[in-house]
Amino acid sequence: MELSLLTRKSEVEWWIEPHGGMRVPGILYATESLVKDMDEKVHEQVTNVAKLPGIERASYAMPDAHWGYGFPIGGVAAFDAERGGVVSAGGVGFDISCGVRLLGTGLRVDDIEPIKKRVAEELSRSVPAGVGSVGRLHLDSVEMDAMLAGGARWAVESGYGSAPDLERIEEHGCMAGAKPQEVSDHAKNRQRDEMGTLGSGNHYLEVQQVVKVFDTAVADVFQLREGDVVISIHCGSRGLGHQIGTDFLKRMTLAASTYGIDLPDRELASAPIDSPLGQAYLGAMRAAINCALANRQIITHLVRRAFAGIAPRAELKLLYDVSHNTCKVETHDVSGRTKRLFVHRKGATRALGPGHPDLPPAFAAIGQPVLIGGTMGTASYVLVGTKEGLTRSFGSSCHGAGRSMSRHAAVKKWRGREVIDELAARGILVRSPSPRGVAEEAPGAYKDVTAVVDAADEAGLSRKVARLEPLVCVKG
Amino acid sequence: MWKGTLTHVPVGIRNIWEHFAHGADIGVRGIGATKEAAFEQSALALTGVVTDPTMVRPNVAISIACESPTDDLLLVDWLNALVYEMATRRMLFSAFTVSITGTQLRATAWGEPVDRTRHEPAVEVKGATYTALRVTHEPDGRWLAQCVVDV
Repeated sequence: MELSLLTRKSEVEWWIEPHGGMRVPGILYATESLVKDMDEKVHEQVTNVAKLPGIERASYAMPDAHWGYGFPIGGVAAFDAERGGVVSAGGVGFDISCGVRLLGTGLRVDDIEPIKKRVAEELSRSVPAGVGSVGRLHLDSVEMDAMLAGGARWAVESGYGSAPDLERIEEHGCMAGAKPQEVSDHAKNRQRDEMGTLGSGNHYLEVQQVVKVFDTAVADVFQLREGDVVISIHCGSRGLGHQIGTDFLKRMTLAASTYGIDLPDRELASAPIDSPLGQAYLGAMRAAINCALANRQIITHLVRRAFAGIAPRAELKLLYDVSHNTCKVETHDVSGRTKRLFVHRKGATRALGPGHPDLPPAFAAIGQPVLIGGTMGTASYVLVGTKEGLTRSFGSSCHGAGRSMSRHAAVKKWRGREVIDELAARGILVRSPSPRGVAEEAPGAYKDVTAVVDAADEAGLSRKVARLEPLVCVKG
Repeated sequence: MWKGTLTHVPVGIRNIWEHFAHGADIGVRGIGATKEAAFEQSALALTGVVTDPTMVRPNVAISIACESPTDDLLLVDWLNALVYEMATRRMLFSAFTVSITGTQLRATAWGEPVDRTRHEPAVEVKGATYTALRVTHEPDGRWLAQCVVDV
C-alpha cells in the first residue's frame, strides 16, 4: 500500500482521512513494513466500510489485514441500530465463527517426544479432516436445531466434554439469539454429516510446545510454562456457515436498494439491523456461531479420547476458545456515551482487557487470552487483551499471519511431500490426506506472524504472553 | 464437453478454463465460444481448485437448476449449486452441459464420489464470491465467466 495515501499518527497507527462519502476515518494498526506489504485493496475496502450507514468511530484494520470480500480480512467495524446501522453478511464472511481453541495437556516436551509419531497417527485417525471426510455423528432435524440453538452447551450435554469447558468459551459456549428456523435447508444439509470435522485449507489441529514466555505473571494464570505441551484446534462452522454466508450475501445484495443502502461494493451486502432481513441474518449467523462452538467442542472430545489411549497421564484442560468471523452485540463508550453496538470482526479476534464483565472469573483480573494461529512450520502466539484495546479497536486484535503468496503460486513453488519431509527433519510431524493441500499451506506462503503479533503488541491491541511452536500438525 | 443452445458458434474460439491469483483464495475463469460454454469451463476451473479434473471419471449424472436476475449473479448461483452438490454428495465433477434461457440455468454435471487416494483433493471450496465477478462477451467474440472462490 502507498504510504502517501495515509496520515501517520504513530509508529503503528495510520489514518485514512474521511473523504468521498466516508462517515468515519479508516484506522490501520501496523508497522510501516506491514503497511507497505498490504494490498491496495485493503485501503479500498477499509474506505468502503467507512461509508456504511450507522458506523461508529472508525473502520479499523488489524496488523494482519489483507484483501477480503467487502470487508478486508482483519477488518473491524461497529454499527449503531439507532442511527440506521447495518449488519453485513460480507462483514462476517463465509466461515462464520472460524476460530481457535487452546488446550493444556499437563505434559512436558520430554513426555511427548518418545510418543510423538504415535500421537500424530492417532490424531489424524481420530479427527476427520479434508475433502470428502465424514463426521462420526449424523444429526437429524431435531438434533440439528438443538445444536444450532445450544452450541458447545449442546455438545457437552450430548457427552462431548464437561461443564467446566463452557466457562472457557466466548459466550459461555452458547450464543444467545440463535434462530435455527432462519437457517436454510441447504445449510443444514451441508452440516448433517460434518460435525466434528476439521475441514481443509488453513484449518489445523496441532500439538505445540511453549518455547518462550514473555509475560510470566499472565502466563502463570494461563498455566503456560516454557516446555509445556499444548494443543491448538483451528476450524469453524463448516458447510453450514459457508452456506449461510452464500444465502445471505445474495439476499442482502438484492435487497440493499430497497433499504436505500448504496453499496460501494456488492460484497458489503448489508441490511438495516432492525429490518426483517437484518434480524433473519443475525439469527442465522448466531446459529452458525453455535455450530462452530459445538464443532470445536466435539473435536476436543475426539482429541481427549485419542490422548487417553496414548498418554493416560495427560489432562486436556481448555484454556480458551476464540472466534474470528462474527458480529456481536457489545456495549462501548463512544464520545462519552455508552452505546449498544453491533461489532463486526472479520478475521479479527475479540480481545477484552482486564475488568471486562464478559470475562470468566479466572481471567477477570488480567484480560482475555488472545490466540493467534501461525503456520505448520513457524509459530503461534498467546496474547492477552488490554484495557486500551477497547478504545483503540472496540477490543479487537489480529487473528493470524495472513497469506503472502497465492495458492496457485505456492503449488508451483513447493511439493507437498518435500514440505512434509523438510518439516519432519525439523521435528515437526505433518499428517494430511492431501500433499497438494500441504504445498498450498507451506509455511513460506504466509507472512511473518511474529511481525504481526509484535505490531499488535506495540499498538496496545493485545500484549504478548507466549510463543508456541508445532510438534505435530494434522491438516485436511 | 458442452451442448450450448446457440445456433451460431464463432469459429476458432477454444473453450478453456484457468485460475487467477487472489491473495488468500483463488479465482476461477471459464472462456468459451458461448456463454454456456464459458459457464461449463468455469465449472471445470472450480473442480480444478480441488483436484485435477482429468482424474475425475464422469460416471454419475446429476441435474442442477438455478435462477438469478443477472448473468453474473447466475454464475455465482451456478458455482454455488455445484459447491453444494460436491459437499452434500461428496462428489467431484468433470463434465458439464449448461443451457441458459433468460434468467434460468439448467445443467447436467457428471462426476464420481471423492476418492481421496486417486484425487488427492487439496481443499474444500466454501463458496463462490462477488469478487472479480464478470460475465462478459468480449470484442473478439469470446465469452468470459469468472469470480473468486473462497477456500
